[in-house]
Amino acid sequence: MFVATDLNRQNDKIQQRWRILFMVMTLLLILPVLIILLLLIIRGGPMISWTFLFEFPEQGMTAGGIFPALLGTIFLVSVALIASVPLGIAAALYLSEYAGDNWLTRVINLAIINLAGVPSIVHALFGVGAFVIFFGFGTSILAASLTLAIMTLPVVIVATKESLQAVPQAFREACWSMGATRWQTIRRIVIPNAVSGILTGIILEVSRTAGETAPIMFTGAAFFLPFLPESVFDSTMALSLHLYVISTQVPGVPEALPYGVALLLIAIVLVMNAISIAFRVYLRGKKKW
Amino acid sequence: MVEPAVNTPGAQAASGNGRNVVEIKNLSISYSGQTALEGVNLTVREGEIFGIIGPAGSGKTSFLKAINRMDLFSTAMEVKGGIRFLGRDVKDWRNVYALRSRVGVVFPLPVGLPLSVYDNVALAPRLRGVKKKADLDIIVERCLQRAALWDEVKDRLDSLGSLLSGGQQQRLTIARSLSQDPDLLMLDEFSIAVDPVTTMRIEDVLKELRKEITIILVTNLVQQARRLADRTAFFLNGECVEIGETEALFTGTVKDQRTLDYIEGRFG
Repeated sequence: MFVATDLNRQNDKIQQRWRILFMVMTLLLILPVLIILLLLIIRGGPMISWTFLFEFPEQGMTAGGIFPALLGTIFLVSVALIASVPLGIAAALYLSEYAGDNWLTRVINLAIINLAGVPSIVHALFGVGAFVIFFGFGTSILAASLTLAIMTLPVVIVATKESLQAVPQAFREACWSMGATRWQTIRRIVIPNAVSGILTGIILEVSRTAGETAPIMFTGAAFFLPFLPESVFDSTMALSLHLYVISTQVPGVPEALPYGVALLLIAIVLVMNAISIAFRVYLRGKKKW
Repeated sequence: MVEPAVNTPGAQAASGNGRNVVEIKNLSISYSGQTALEGVNLTVREGEIFGIIGPAGSGKTSFLKAINRMDLFSTAMEVKGGIRFLGRDVKDWRNVYALRSRVGVVFPLPVGLPLSVYDNVALAPRLRGVKKKADLDIIVERCLQRAALWDEVKDRLDSLGSLLSGGQQQRLTIARSLSQDPDLLMLDEFSIAVDPVTTMRIEDVLKELRKEITIILVTNLVQQARRLADRTAFFLNGECVEIGETEALFTGTVKDQRTLDYIEGRFG
């Protein structure tokens, strides 16, 4: 009959301990997320109302709604996406599918990694210098969005490149061996199988763009504007900056107001994530290997 | 040490086998300076099954890769010497895609592209510009039938090719190669991931195909070469040891003792 030896039992015990350790670490990780969400919902939840969402701030931003900031954030994110997604995907396609393994490619990859590591306040100063002053966009949605776009470009590029490279090389070679060009292979085989990963990258970008404060502070976002922006050359309010201002600069703000703004900001990010997950589930149902 | 078995044009005319599909002259292949194949001379004639046998690492796959310029897929692979396909040096085919579309390749492990069964087979026709559904339908059905897969998949052409069984996927790969309408079909150890029954079915398919397409069959199964190939080459450690009529080789008429040793399973 089969009997486990002492060594077997000991090994099993050890691996159980490691499993528990890793599990505890993982649970510790989600604890802050849960606490933040709960706190925001409990304290900020009551703030969310029709007035809050769709009306202008009143009485020196201590009352009323935050509609201009909500709309501003949506504008900023949209324009940033329009600027960075095509550029980022094109760059990732080049780096993953076309570029040879040479010094130029390595330099470009290094530059992208470094771009990702640049602090956002530095991006802000670059945005002021480049877009606000040099290109003469002024403090505007365009300047702020382009600054955000440059800041989040590495996220799009890296996520896209990784999802492209996750498509097995055998698929490409099978396709090439049939006489398909690189572009035909990319269009028919690689991209359809990388779409969900690319989407994830874009959603990550949205989350980050929506939450950033520093890059838009000097380039296009204002503390308070009594009107809505009419073009991309107007400046705008934004949720993240609004939150910063009412939490630190404005006296007499009711305690629940910042929580409400924060909850809204998180809600936007969560909704975007939910949409992307739903879309990926839909795509996965259609394609699989 | 190498026995250069060059087939002169005169010899072919005498054997009555028409033109040469592939002519190899003094072919050498290396990976980052490490030799994989050296000094190979051979000819593949139209309408024959040309078998290549030899143990792992003897340069069989590298040989196939050089013919339709799959060497371009990796920077490490370097090809020297002359390879003529349909009478033209493969390096002179300005459009490498045109060259590759004339050559069907079946890899050792079946590569069912993540497309439906239908789209797998319709891919090559689409690449060359066939758009009409009716035309594609005809091509897909004919290729699947020739690959002996039609009866098994005709009711689920819309399901994913990669969900078929291994043996079915390999026949799908063959159907896909046939959809290129190739002049040459190269099979690289196609039976490595396929059960014996499916292997025999595919072998029957190849016997039918030989009437229309020239085939290069790389195989690690010596008996498979015997069953299918008209002529067989024996590769060993990057050297083409011997080329001969398959029946002659297997009945002991060899120029090199190593060929006999390999065929009879004394090494490899």
